[in-house]
Amino acid sequence: MGNPNVGKSVVFSRLTGANVIASNYPGTTVDYAKGKMRIGNENVEIIDAPGTYSLEPTNKAEEVAANMLKETDVIINVIDATNLERNLYLTLQLLEKHIPMVIALNLSDEACHLGIDVNKERLQELLQIPVTNTCALTGEGIKSLVDSLAHAGINKKIKKTSREGRWIEIGSLIEKVEHIQHRHHSLRDKLEDLTIRPLTGIPIAVGIILFAFWLVRFIGESIITFIFNPLFEQIYKPVIEQLSSYLGPGILHTLMIGEYGKEILFDQSLGMLTTGLYVPLAMVLPYIIAFYFILSCLEDTGYMPRLATLVDNLFHKLGMHGHGIIPLFLGLGCNVPGALSTRTLETRKQRFISATLLAIAVPCMAQTAMVFGVLGAYGVIYIALVFLILGILYVSMGLLLNRFVKGTSPEIFMEVPSYRRPSFRAILKKTWMRVRWFVREAIPFLFLGVLIINILYYIGFLQWIGVILTPMMEVMFGLPGEASTSLVIGFLRKDLAVGMLIPLGMIPLQLVIAVTMLTVYFPCVATFSVLLKELGLKDMIKATMIMVGVAASVGFILRLLFFGLP
Amino acid sequence: MDPQTISLVDLPVKSIAKIIDINGGIGFQEKLDVMGIRVGKTVTVVSKQPFHGPLTIKVCSTKMTLGRGMARKILVEVVS
Repeated sequence: MGNPNVGKSVVFSRLTGANVIASNYPGTTVDYAKGKMRIGNENVEIIDAPGTYSLEPTNKAEEVAANMLKETDVIINVIDATNLERNLYLTLQLLEKHIPMVIALNLSDEACHLGIDVNKERLQELLQIPVTNTCALTGEGIKSLVDSLAHAGINKKIKKTSREGRWIEIGSLIEKVEHIQHRHHSLRDKLEDLTIRPLTGIPIAVGIILFAFWLVRFIGESIITFIFNPLFEQIYKPVIEQLSSYLGPGILHTLMIGEYGKEILFDQSLGMLTTGLYVPLAMVLPYIIAFYFILSCLEDTGYMPRLATLVDNLFHKLGMHGHGIIPLFLGLGCNVPGALSTRTLETRKQRFISATLLAIAVPCMAQTAMVFGVLGAYGVIYIALVFLILGILYVSMGLLLNRFVKGTSPEIFMEVPSYRRPSFRAILKKTWMRVRWFVREAIPFLFLGVLIINILYYIGFLQWIGVILTPMMEVMFGLPGEASTSLVIGFLRKDLAVGMLIPLGMIPLQLVIAVTMLTVYFPCVATFSVLLKELGLKDMIKATMIMVGVAASVGFILRLLFFGLP
Repeated sequence: MDPQTISLVDLPVKSIAKIIDINGGIGFQEKLDVMGIRVGKTVTVVSKQPFHGPLTIKVCSTKMTLGRGMARKILVEVVS
């Protein structure tokens, strides 16, 4: 247990070697992690409790942490040596519980660097429980920490007291164990100040975000060009061609590979073994890997709370506060984790607005990858246009929702941790966990999506929808009738739906309309089910109505702007 | 009120002050207290976002971003 941002999760992953998400952003470990460790001949279970400042819970995460204590045999209290005073508050509260406990004095190397000297022996003596210096980043001290568990102690002298009483006690402790040397402003201090002051912070933030997306694109494209495309074209294609001639024409061929006799195009054939594999693996996955890698870097350095501070004002006008940037950012990877993270917002109003905006105006990486694929050939300007429209939508819908959704939107209150050098290992681990999660969730949906599309085609349902919606598509949105089938498919998987626009031979501006509408009108099935759970049926119906309404209006307005009156 | 006493909102960026009173509900006071933001502590304003945006303050080695409404309830005495 410990305060947020003290490196608890890193200590935990060192102890267990398990896959856990260790993040620098307050509130991400609400779902706690469990792991197993061997001490001697015993198997013990370790729980990574959510970060909390005290045992008097002020939010859900802290409540979880306080409740966990009831079933605890030994507490490992991780404290941040650079911020001893505040950390000791929780330590005293934990000691009052009279549960055997040890302390991991984490970040002690950094404290030393900052001119803060903590006398470990004295602290141990005064608290009468084992204290170990650790540096979770490098793994230093972890072994001693494990050894100290055998000597976990209870300090009977510490009785339950008031807040005031605890602070007095901490004051006298600090006086005895901490020695601070004066030091000059370091480069890091300057950087911390520069990135949070509006005049310098906002240009830096814009720069960082642009650079981050450029990097995502660069890494993603490199993986595709050098790994997946050669793999599919040179190794996998001959295998599929063999299979094709072996299967011959028939429904099985249509389902697995695509229409018989046509050239196999991995992005268009719509077979389970062709498009069903190619789209998720070779078109989406590389960008997902790149995106989560970059996001993890931003999180683990401690930049996100600064970004949240800078955008707080804007987000407040949209009915949220700075925290709202988190669902937005996560949603750019995949809308599902984005939707889950709306939980960290305090009120119903904030959650409703953030979830609705997420579903309307935040394209996931799968979709973004496809947008690049579809529009990239015509020039970056069209891609920029799509994102510009989505950005305008996000802000204008937020302003509107803020006016009309009842409820309150409290002010931001958030710790801004120091910048830290992230552990490369931890970032890779985190990226890997997120990518693995995505593969598990997305691949089955894509397979299923391709299967259902094929069946719907086979029974003529899609053609039927196409005919019915053709007049509306042509008159209202200036799109060919066939585009309506793609909208239907969009319920299942947006990336597939965007891909289906390719063979329709539309001009770039039509594609812009179609792609924008696809993003706005409805989230994919996976996101929908998560949102339903998070918002409840009533709010989800409202949100859905807003989405459909906005999609139709936007499509129509764009049509007017691009092509004039019908 | 002591003429030197101002609200944290009005404290200029980079100047140092001492917290002398925290108004507001028990919940709010407790929330600040466990973060180490309490009466008697020295506080620095690190930054203020424009257009009534939030403040970022520093108390001991803890940096916090908080809304102006909250900052208004914290009364401080300017030290330098």
